[in-house]
Amino acid sequence: MATGIKDKVAILGMGCSRFGERWDAGSPELMKEAFEEALADAGIERNQIEAAWFGCWGDSINVGNSSIPAAMALRLEGIPVSRVENMCATGTEALRGAAYAVASGAVDIALAIGAEKLKDTGFGGLPPPFKGTFNDLWMPMGSAPAGFAQLAPYYRAKYGTSKEDLKKAISHVSWKSHQNGQYSPKAHFRKAVPMETIMNAPMISDPLGLFDCSGVSDGSACAIVTTPEIARALGKKELVTIKALQLSTSSGRETQTSDWDGSYVATTRNAAARAYKEAGIDDPKTQISLSEVHDCFSITELVTMEDLGFSDDGRAVFDILGGRYDRDGAMPCQIDGGLKCFGHPIAASGLRMAYEVYNQLLGRAGERQLSDPSVGLTHNLGGVPYQGIAAISILGLH
Amino acid sequence: MAVEAARDALGSGDAAGIEAVRLASTNLPYADLQNAAIVARAIGAPSRAASSDAAGSQRAGTSALLQALKGSQSTLVIGSDNPFAKPASAQELSFGAGAAAFLVSDENIAARLIGSATVTDVFVDHFRSADADSDYGWEERWVRDEGYAKIAPAAVKAALTDAQIAIGDIQHFVMPSYLKGAAAAVAKKINFAGAIASGLEDGVGYAGAAHALLMLAATLEKAEPGERILLVGFGQGADVLIFQATDAIREARPARGVSGAIADALPTDSYLRMLSFYGGIEMEWGMRSEKSAKTPLSEQYRSADQMEGFNAGRCGACGTVQFPQLQYCVRCHAPREQFEDVSLRDATATVLTSTADWLSYHPAPPLWVGFVQFDSGARMMMEMVDIGKEGIDSGATLRMVYRIKEKDRQRGYNRYFWKATPLDAA
Repeated sequence: MATGIKDKVAILGMGCSRFGERWDAGSPELMKEAFEEALADAGIERNQIEAAWFGCWGDSINVGNSSIPAAMALRLEGIPVSRVENMCATGTEALRGAAYAVASGAVDIALAIGAEKLKDTGFGGLPPPFKGTFNDLWMPMGSAPAGFAQLAPYYRAKYGTSKEDLKKAISHVSWKSHQNGQYSPKAHFRKAVPMETIMNAPMISDPLGLFDCSGVSDGSACAIVTTPEIARALGKKELVTIKALQLSTSSGRETQTSDWDGSYVATTRNAAARAYKEAGIDDPKTQISLSEVHDCFSITELVTMEDLGFSDDGRAVFDILGGRYDRDGAMPCQIDGGLKCFGHPIAASGLRMAYEVYNQLLGRAGERQLSDPSVGLTHNLGGVPYQGIAAISILGLH
Repeated sequence: MAVEAARDALGSGDAAGIEAVRLASTNLPYADLQNAAIVARAIGAPSRAASSDAAGSQRAGTSALLQALKGSQSTLVIGSDNPFAKPASAQELSFGAGAAAFLVSDENIAARLIGSATVTDVFVDHFRSADADSDYGWEERWVRDEGYAKIAPAAVKAALTDAQIAIGDIQHFVMPSYLKGAAAAVAKKINFAGAIASGLEDGVGYAGAAHALLMLAATLEKAEPGERILLVGFGQGADVLIFQATDAIREARPARGVSGAIADALPTDSYLRMLSFYGGIEMEWGMRSEKSAKTPLSEQYRSADQMEGFNAGRCGACGTVQFPQLQYCVRCHAPREQFEDVSLRDATATVLTSTADWLSYHPAPPLWVGFVQFDSGARMMMEMVDIGKEGIDSGATLRMVYRIKEKDRQRGYNRYFWKATPLDAA
């Protein structure tokens, strides 16, 4: 009988580079920033790392394929380094690999690092992806905002939400992230933006305007994990342990059958149910102190609040407008600015979210510090709402 | 256009009985890759059907039709053309694009060929070398007086003799020309006093080798049983075909037809947009357009049944209709060997959701994408085309059209697939 990952793995150290348009840095420099911070935080030497998982999505842009770029950049000598890619869930996937290696007893200390250098394409937004020779023959080549924007009409139809109310709620989502981003020194966007500017921004893919879309950023984030026992032996007093790590991938039901009504993300719901079970959470509304969710687009955050059970179905619009997820609300979400403002270097994002939760739990979040958080949740969504990968991690004080 | 016209001609009948597909045009996308075969596969013609392209002359459409009528095979004859005119040329004002198709067979004859004639003469009113985009033409007055007004009457006379009738027995005179007044000049010369068919200047424009067939189709849409139609195809001589409508003409009207296609127009007054569609101007498409559009030909062939025929699979175990057909049923996981092909080509569907994507590269921005829900239960993400300024609402009825999915400008290869378009466009 499987017992899950809960409390089997502790975070020994974490690091995160400054996110943004890092014209000054390539992926090796970005990895170095995150890696050195994590090593110092963990209080170990490089040669104590026994295995590493390197996450990178866009290997054709800057980084190059395989695990070699990470092993070379960080001089990870003689140890197994694996490269993982699972779209926007890549960072959490890397953490999952490292955590499972520790939990299995295969190694004592493992490294998870995600890095993405998106700003070497020469244009804004993400490069159009290759979907495989078969899919490219028939699948529309829509952009990411076009994929996520389609949650809006379904959601409105299901709950009878007016166009205006939905726009107001998703604008509040972005407004809140900009408010929070001000206090994140490493964030890509650190400026508060008035509601009016957000509401009236140029349209990217209806109803998503410019401010409903997350930043396209360069960055890297990193975690060093071990067992709680080793962490204590290494002198750690307060411990953050992994309570759950879950993934769910679409098998085609949403896109190929009429089972799915389009107003939610099935993979998030699947992953959440399993993660709550693994972590022993039965009431997320009261048991989770803060969350970092995949706000690639504002509408995604809105439906995610329902998919994670933070809001009842059909109520996210009201909860958002009521300030429930604001920094002073009952369940602060994206306290570091989220993908929207901290930035979204794809493979680094899952680990960046964990970095914020980890620092919040340890009371090290500076101006952003929430009072006494005990459990935090991170959520990534790779691909598009109807065909993607949801990744959830739950971290808590041990 | 050719596929669309062919499907309209076939109506509710399937393509199983077709023995040959002939495609006439002077602007086919490929010089060496049979264009008619692409059309034949998309409409679901049997693989044993013959196919060939007819090209090289404005007369290609009437010649292909005449050849089919004189043969013994059940033949689908399609004229489809898209003549190019240089920006700011006189032709730019009069050229258009269009396609028309006829099913030639000895069953349910709606219009019978009762006489014909052909004259071959190298009268060079204009020419276009194999590697040129646009025509080089001689003075219009000479073309009208020495060409149309002399060559066509001689062919008409021979055809009337073949049909053993007089010009007074003809009710409709159908002659396409890129020259204004050419049809009237010829009609006068042959003492024709009946109805001169419209050159479809409004709504279409001169559509090259397809134009004679387009005008014939438009004429047959309103012809009464017993009426006779004289059709002239001009170019390096002339073809003349004389038809007589039968009682079956009333049942043979296409669902959409020429008039329906014109009524479905989405008007635009953007000259720049038109130029960009025609390749009349070199546009900046942005770096997103640099993504390689190379088609893996081996993959294309492997999945041809799904891509050309738009074949979804109906699971033999649970009945779920699904596109694409993958290795196992999306619902019950039964193996694909248990699937039965169900074409979505003529299936009815509605918009589940849609969005206008202004970010992705698309030659006719914005790119409309959305979920399409078929009545059969199949669901898929599709490109939506010919969406008007008002957009498209959830629940709107869609029909499927075969369009260019991707244009590989680097290698000169068009990849086709099915897209959804509003049933009541515009």
